[in-house]
Amino acid sequence: MLAYIGRRALLAIFTVWAISVLSFAIIQLPPGDYVTSYIAQMASMGSVVSDEEAQNLRIQYGLGQPIYVQYFKWMRLIVQGNFGMSMEWRRPVTEVIGERLWLTVIVSVAALILTWVLALPIGIYSAVRQYSVGDYVATFIGFIGLAVPNFLLALVLLYLGFVLFNAHIGGLFSPEFQDAEWSGARAWDLAKHLPIPAVILGLAGTAQQIRIMRANLLDELRKPYVVTARSKGLSEARVILRYPVRVALNPFASTIGYTLPYIVSGSIIVSLVLGLPTVGPLLLKALISQDMFLAGTIVLMLGVMTVIGTLISDIVLVWVDPRIRLEDG
Amino acid sequence: MAGPDLALDPASAPLQEPGAATPARDQRVFVASQWQLTWWRFRKHRMAVLSGMVVMGFYLVVLGADFLAYADPNASEAQRSLMPPQTIHWFDGWRFRPHVYPVKGARDPQSFRRVYQADPDQKIPVRFFAEGFEYRLFGLIPTSRHLIGVDGGRQASQTIFVLGTDVQGRDVWSRLVYGTRISLTIGLVGVTMSLVLGVVLGGLSGFYGGIADTVIQRTIEILRSIPTIPLWMGLAAALPRHWTILQVYFAITIIISLLGWTELARVIRGRFLALREEDFVVSARLVGCSQMRTIFVHMVPSFMSHIIAATTLALPAMIISETALSFLGLGLRPPAISWGVLLQQAQNVQTVAISPWLMIPAVPVIIVVMAFNFLGDGLRDAADPYGR
Repeated sequence: MLAYIGRRALLAIFTVWAISVLSFAIIQLPPGDYVTSYIAQMASMGSVVSDEEAQNLRIQYGLGQPIYVQYFKWMRLIVQGNFGMSMEWRRPVTEVIGERLWLTVIVSVAALILTWVLALPIGIYSAVRQYSVGDYVATFIGFIGLAVPNFLLALVLLYLGFVLFNAHIGGLFSPEFQDAEWSGARAWDLAKHLPIPAVILGLAGTAQQIRIMRANLLDELRKPYVVTARSKGLSEARVILRYPVRVALNPFASTIGYTLPYIVSGSIIVSLVLGLPTVGPLLLKALISQDMFLAGTIVLMLGVMTVIGTLISDIVLVWVDPRIRLEDG
Repeated sequence: MAGPDLALDPASAPLQEPGAATPARDQRVFVASQWQLTWWRFRKHRMAVLSGMVVMGFYLVVLGADFLAYADPNASEAQRSLMPPQTIHWFDGWRFRPHVYPVKGARDPQSFRRVYQADPDQKIPVRFFAEGFEYRLFGLIPTSRHLIGVDGGRQASQTIFVLGTDVQGRDVWSRLVYGTRISLTIGLVGVTMSLVLGVVLGGLSGFYGGIADTVIQRTIEILRSIPTIPLWMGLAAALPRHWTILQVYFAITIIISLLGWTELARVIRGRFLALREEDFVVSARLVGCSQMRTIFVHMVPSFMSHIIAATTLALPAMIISETALSFLGLGLRPPAISWGVLLQQAQNVQTVAISPWLMIPAVPVIIVVMAFNFLGDGLRDAADPYGR
């Protein structure tokens, strides 16, 4: 068990390193650098950046050096907990991302919790009452959830909110709490705004989980031990919840790993549509203006979150399902 | 195969005569090829068959986009910005005479928006196979006939806009039809590339095992644990602004297939692993078939149907990716037309609230994705006709 976790953790560290190289490479890909896009931006506003100033900027950000030197300098900073300066905002990256990263985590976790809270009971119901009206409804909603890209769903809900209630349903805070200090009232305001993005982000995952849970449980329900339990006179709820559901949960656990990254990835586009103050819109801007440290840090952090999610699900899976331990041991 | 002997179809037979199996029917099952069995099994899945037809319909639109569009998708006209859809009235009294009412535009003095008023007294006849802009049908036959159209469609007063116009006064229907062409082919090209990568790497991994397998499997694991959308966004943002539509098109397909191959490779590796120890593969090796021959003549045909199913299931993800990237302004850029590019105009809620028809491009996205999902499901179930 420990050896297994150790191996997984090693792989996770290697993955994080690979992501750091990849994210750095991606940011270096566009022709030109931040200074060229800064000059273009200044020119479009009518002011001219002198050659001397451009040169100074390049030296300040170390843009003239070979790429691998830039990478190692960036890595050294990160290991020290310093993510560099955002070129566009002229502030440390940690400060620019700060709250947004936490909001991304909050929105994603809310979506994940919603996914589970909905998918588990609906999946169980669908399997136990196979081919009932409820099962068909769940299956149908499931297919819609899988087929509608979440940013389109966000767009449609936004439109409906606007037309039917004349309200803007986007955002995570009411205007008066937008820049306020954290307080109980602000947290409550956040909680009130959370359901809509959580539903939009969670729907596709929910649909998938319902199908997985239903299929797993259907397989289990046909097994003899269920008949045995029932013939011993256990109540129906106990027969189902105590044994087959527990077994059916195992493959379910293995999906946490890819559900979380999926949600985090999805939150980027949805945030843009709904105007959520998460890292998504920030990343898009940073990529376009080639604000390399900011974009690099965001991609790296999302990557790390993903890797941690995968690691947790691997460990949970081994913990709940001894058969996997045997195979790997 | 289908045709008059439908009643003998072994797949549907049990429905008609439960339990009774005539020798003739049995014989057919025994001599049927794998593809025939797969087809029989697939046909039972109604939803999948229907979805298959829907998908084919969409690809017909791809082929005949020029014919179905009646207006040049890039012809803009400030005078008819954001015009609502014009309804076609099929009957004039009791006679079949399709027509639309001419629409007059004026600027609302208060809101400065253009408002349009239909004039029910005049009628513009809608013609079938009408003259329009010139094009080459299927890229070969020069013609200027379109499915529908009105006489003198160039004048502002004589117009037909079945789905309205966008901000720049371009016809939404014609743009949608051309967008279908790009959105659906980008998925095909992307999936082909993923397939090549998936078959080669998945095959290597499954057939040889050992170090190659370990390296490829770890690579897949790493690729899968990278959040896709930031990666795509980064890669797409890196495309030079001055590239032509065609260059961007291929770059985008490469970007979306870069991560799409992992799932296909996983499926193919699984099939290789399952087949490697099968008797027919071992005997092929023993009689001295070359490795290439063992793989391509003996192994690949036996899981071809699985590959097709997996490919079908991978397509909707590709289509959504392109749409999402273009929607963000990172994928295809105007003047290229794709569903994502069209939906970009629907990003602003205020605009959409006033002109809801700008959201119409979302409809084909959803239909196609659902159809591909059902089709893929049906194919996957049918892929293994010997099971059960």
